[in-house]
Amino acid sequence: MTETAIPPIDVTLDARGSFCPGPLMELIRGMREAEVGDVIAVLSSDKGSKADIPKWVEKAGHNLIGVFTREGHDEIIVEKVR
Amino acid sequence: MDEPLNLVLFSGTDDKLQAAAVLTAGAAALGKPVNVFLQYWALDAFTRAKIGLDHGLAPEAGEAGRTAVDALAKAGQASWAETLRQAKDLGTVDIQACSLSMDLLGLEESDLDPLVDGVEGVTAFYLNAGEGHVVFI
Repeated sequence: MTETAIPPIDVTLDARGSFCPGPLMELIRGMREAEVGDVIAVLSSDKGSKADIPKWVEKAGHNLIGVFTREGHDEIIVEKVR
Repeated sequence: MDEPLNLVLFSGTDDKLQAAAVLTAGAAALGKPVNVFLQYWALDAFTRAKIGLDHGLAPEAGEAGRTAVDALAKAGQASWAETLRQAKDLGTVDIQACSLSMDLLGLEESDLDPLVDGVEGVTAFYLNAGEGHVVFI
């Protein structure tokens, strides 16, 4: 997905500085509070997140919009499907 | 994925407890139930009196390991106790004290941190473990 095709982000969870598996846990908490259809971005400086979070998103049945490398962190964007 | 992950915690040093807490949190995040059985020095670390203290590191850590662990803590890594609290909030995590170890350490249930859900014997642990893996740390 190109950057221009990213849908508007409803919630950004800044988990930078949190260590494995903190960013995933923050995302799961955030997903619980979100509405179906919400787009959630997680910012993570943990090197495991870009592997772990997409796998969790697939298992949990949500939609991975993309994983983007930013300066000093990754941004993982997810749509809540159910 | 429905079979539980079963962790037997024996060691009471902060590095091993941290590793166990991370394994627990990851499984809880995936919706996998986790049973934690506390024996010996791990149980000692879960007492109200000691949970917040420095429990040292495994011998192989050495001085360099101590420095590395301290640096991660200073950078904001959650303690193992906090990680376990978050894991319990996220999924199904049942933490039980081994009754033999309670006797060994002369502990009463009221001596244990609220993270501990109860006291049970090894048979109950195995029955709850079902067909899931048992990991000894």
